[in-house]
Amino acid sequence: MTRKLTLADYPLAETRSAEVKGTRGKSLDDISLDAVLTGDVAMEDLRITPKALADQAEISRAANRPTLALNFERAAELVNVPQDFIMSSYELLRPGRAKTKQQILNVAQIFRNQHNSPAIAAFFEEAAEIYERRGLYTHRF
Amino acid sequence: MGSSYNPNRWRRYADWDERPLRLDKFAKEDPANGFSAFSSPADPKPSVKINAGSIVSMDGVLAHDFDMIDEFIARHHIDPAMTEEAMAMDSGHIARMLVDMNVPREALVRLAHGMTPAKLADVVSRLNALEIAFAYSKMRARKTPGNQAHVTNAKDDPLQLAADAATAVAFGFDEIETTMRVSRNAWSNAVACAVGSAVGRWGVLFQCSSEEAEELRIGMAGFTSYAETVSVYGTEKTFIDGDDTPWSKAFLAAAYASRGIKMRCTSGAGSELLMGFHESKSLLYLEARCLCLQRGMGVQGTQNGGIDGAPLTATIPGGVRELMAENLIAVWLDLECASGNDARSTESEIRVGAKILPYLIGGSDLICSGFGSILAYDNSFNPSLFNGEEMEDYLVLQRDFEADGGLTPLPESKALDLRRKAVDCIAAVFEELDLGQPTADMKQSVVIASGSNETRSYMPREVAGISEAIKDRGITVVDVIKALAKRGFREEAENLLNVVKLRVSGDYLQTSAMVRNGKVVSAINDPNTYQGPGTGYRVSESRRLEINSIRDVLDQDEVLRSEAMHEKEEARRIGYRVIGEAIPSDDKDEIVIGISPAFGLKLFQTTASHRLSDILKNMITAIESRGLKARIVRFNHTADTSFLGLSAARLSGSGIGIGIQAKGTAVIHQRDRLPHNNLELFSNAPITQLEHYKGFGANAAAYALGEMPEPVVVPTRGEAMGSRYHARVALIYAIETALTSEGAAPQNIEVKFKL
Repeated sequence: MTRKLTLADYPLAETRSAEVKGTRGKSLDDISLDAVLTGDVAMEDLRITPKALADQAEISRAANRPTLALNFERAAELVNVPQDFIMSSYELLRPGRAKTKQQILNVAQIFRNQHNSPAIAAFFEEAAEIYERRGLYTHRF
Repeated sequence: MGSSYNPNRWRRYADWDERPLRLDKFAKEDPANGFSAFSSPADPKPSVKINAGSIVSMDGVLAHDFDMIDEFIARHHIDPAMTEEAMAMDSGHIARMLVDMNVPREALVRLAHGMTPAKLADVVSRLNALEIAFAYSKMRARKTPGNQAHVTNAKDDPLQLAADAATAVAFGFDEIETTMRVSRNAWSNAVACAVGSAVGRWGVLFQCSSEEAEELRIGMAGFTSYAETVSVYGTEKTFIDGDDTPWSKAFLAAAYASRGIKMRCTSGAGSELLMGFHESKSLLYLEARCLCLQRGMGVQGTQNGGIDGAPLTATIPGGVRELMAENLIAVWLDLECASGNDARSTESEIRVGAKILPYLIGGSDLICSGFGSILAYDNSFNPSLFNGEEMEDYLVLQRDFEADGGLTPLPESKALDLRRKAVDCIAAVFEELDLGQPTADMKQSVVIASGSNETRSYMPREVAGISEAIKDRGITVVDVIKALAKRGFREEAENLLNVVKLRVSGDYLQTSAMVRNGKVVSAINDPNTYQGPGTGYRVSESRRLEINSIRDVLDQDEVLRSEAMHEKEEARRIGYRVIGEAIPSDDKDEIVIGISPAFGLKLFQTTASHRLSDILKNMITAIESRGLKARIVRFNHTADTSFLGLSAARLSGSGIGIGIQAKGTAVIHQRDRLPHNNLELFSNAPITQLEHYKGFGANAAAYALGEMPEPVVVPTRGEAMGSRYHARVALIYAIETALTSEGAAPQNIEVKFKL
C-alpha cells in the first residue's frame, strides 16, 4: 500500500478487512468468537497497531485535520511503550512533579532512544522549555 | 398560595415564590468578579503578529509573556499560513458567513485554523440565539445526530447497571457513561455496563468515568471504548489547580489513542469561575481558549457546553446563549461536540425544555453528554437536564418537532425482556468468573425496579469486593466474552467482541465516530453537508415512523371500542324510543332537551365519564321539581351545541331549551336569541359534574318561570383541557357529525329509566 490513503478508503475495517491486522498479525476476519473461545485470539490481538494509527493519520490529513493526524502519529509512537512508563511519564508532566527541567529532558531521551518515539520526545522537550519559563519546577504540597 | 395577609404586596408575587423557578438563584452581571457571559473589559482584542513563520504576539500578548495556554495555542492550534488572512477579515462578515447556507462548512473550518480565541469569541458573540443554533446545525461535523446516556445507580449495583445499560441501548443511545458512588467500584461498574450494553444490539460505545490512570487501565482491559474525562481549562492557574498542563493532557490524549480508545476532552463555561481563577475574563473568551487548546492537542472532539459549570453559567445574564455559543466554536473548530445538556441547570421544567430545543431541532453529535437514562436520584454524576423521569417528555418533543434526538420509544414488553436478559447475562458472568451468585430474588427485584430504592440487590460494600477481584485477578473483556458464550449468551458475546474489535482498525478514533447498524459512522463518511433546505440531515420516513411510535395514542377505533364497553351497561339503565316527529308546542310548562344525533345511540358517556342516562335523569328531575315538564328531542340536522340549544328552544312551549352533545357540552337557549348568544353554556365537559347538570336543569326551569337565576359556573383550575381531551373530542364529534343529514327532522323521544 504505497499510495496515500484517502477519505474513500475509510472505514478501513470495511474497505480492507483482510489487511487490517492486530498486534500479532491476525486480521479482522480472523478475529471471531470461535477463535476467542478456542484461545486463538487473545487480548493481544485486540490492540491497535502503529500501522493502523499511521493509516488513520493519513486519513485525518486528507480530511484537513492536521492536528488530529499529529496526535495519531504521537500515539503510534506509544503503542509499544509499556503502560507503567506511560503512566510515570504522564505523572512527570503534571505540575510540580518534575523539580528540574532535566528530569523531563531525561524522559524525552528515553522516548527517543529506547522507544523510538521522536515526536513524543520533542513534545516533552517543548514542555520542559515552557515549564521552565512558567516556573513550574516548584514544590507543590 | 400566600397565606399571610399583607396589604402592601400584590399576592401574585407570593404565587411566584412557590414556583420551582424561584429555587434557581440568579447572579448579577459582574465582569470584574468573572460573572459575564460574552464580554468583559478584561477580554483582549483579537490580534496576531507573525514574524518569519512564527507567532510573536497573539490577542495582545507578546510571545515571551505567553502563559502555557497561549503558548500551546500559538504552537499547536494556529496555522501560520492561514492566520493573517483569517484575522484580517471583518468579524461581522465572518459571522454572516456562519449563517449563510451558501458558504460551505469547509471554508469556515479553514478560516478557524487561523483564528485566535479572542477572534472566535468576537465572531460568535455577534450572533443572536437563533443564529447560533442555525450556525451550529450547519457547522457540526457529522451529519447524523446522536445521544449519550448516563447509566449509574446509588448502590453501584452491577445487576441494575446491566439492566439499565441494556435499556439505554434499546432507547437508542450511541454512548453510555457510568461512574461510581465509591471509586473502588470502578471495575465492577465497567464489567456490568459492558455486559449490559451488549444486550440487544452491538455498537454502543461505553465509558467508565474514573481516576485518569485507573480509567486507562480499565480501557486496556477492554471493558470501555471511549473516554471523555480529560478536562482542560481556560486559565493557567485553573489548569495547574486541576493538576495538569496542556502538555500532560495532550500526552494523555496520545496515550488513549495508542490503546485504540476513542477520546474527547471536556471543557465548559464556568469551570474557571468555580475554581476561582477567572482573571475577570468572560466565560466565552475563556472557553474559546479551551477549545483552541483542544484542537491543538489533536483530540477528535470535546464534551462542551458548560458541563459541570452549566448551572453556574445559567445564573448569569445570557448564560444559556453563551453555552450555545461555545458549542458553536467547538464545531467550527471541527471538533466532535458532546454538547452538554448534561448537569441539570435549573429546577424549572420550562427552562429545561427551552434549553434542549435548539439541540433537538438542530441536531448534535451527542445532544446530551449525559442524558440521565436512570432516575435522578440514581445519577451518580448528579441529575441531568433530562432524567429517566422525563424520558417520555423527550420522546414526545422529538415527535412534536419531527426532530431526531437520537432516541426511539421502547415498548414495555420489550423493555422487560431486555432487562431480564441483561440481568441473566451479568449473573452468568459473575457465576462463571466466580465473582458472585446473585439470587433469583435479587435478579427479579432489579428487572422490575424503576430505581435502586426498589431493589434488593448488591450494596456498595459487596460491590467493592467484586470490583477488587476483577482488578486483582486481571480479568479482561476476553474472559467475560468467554463466560457469556459458555453460558449460551453467544449473541451478547459476539456483540461485546465486536466493540473491542473496533480498536484494531481505529476507524472509530476519527472525528465524531459512532456505530450505527454495525458500521462506523463519522465525520469522514457521514460529513455534515448542510447547504439549505433539502440538504444535511433529514428525518427519513422510516425514522419518522419510529419517532412517532410513542405509546397510548388514540384513534377512532379506540374511541369506538371504549364506547362499545359502555353500550351494554347503558342499555340496562335507559331506553330511548322514537315516538314521532317533533313539532313546536305551545305548552308553557315544557322545556325541550335537545340531544345530539349519536347521544345514547353510538356514544354513551361524557368526556367526564358520566353516563348519559345519569345526565338526562339529573336534568329532568331538576326541571320536574319546579313543576315543569321535560320533552326530549333528538336532532339529526346538527350536532352543534348552540344550534341544538336554539332548535330545542324554538320547539319548546316555554321558549327555553337545553342543547346537549353526547360528550357533555351543554347550553341553555331561548327561542329569540342569536345562535351564539345563549343563556348559559357548559363548554368544559371534562370537568362538568352531575350536580352541574342538575343545576342546569333547575336554571332552565327558572328562566321558563321568568326568574333570573345565578348561572351555574363550572370551576376550572386552569387544566390544559385541550391537550387532555381534544383528540378524543374531535374523534367523538366526527361520530356525531357523521350521523347528521341536512334537513333531517327532529324526533320526539320517550326516555325510560330502568334502574
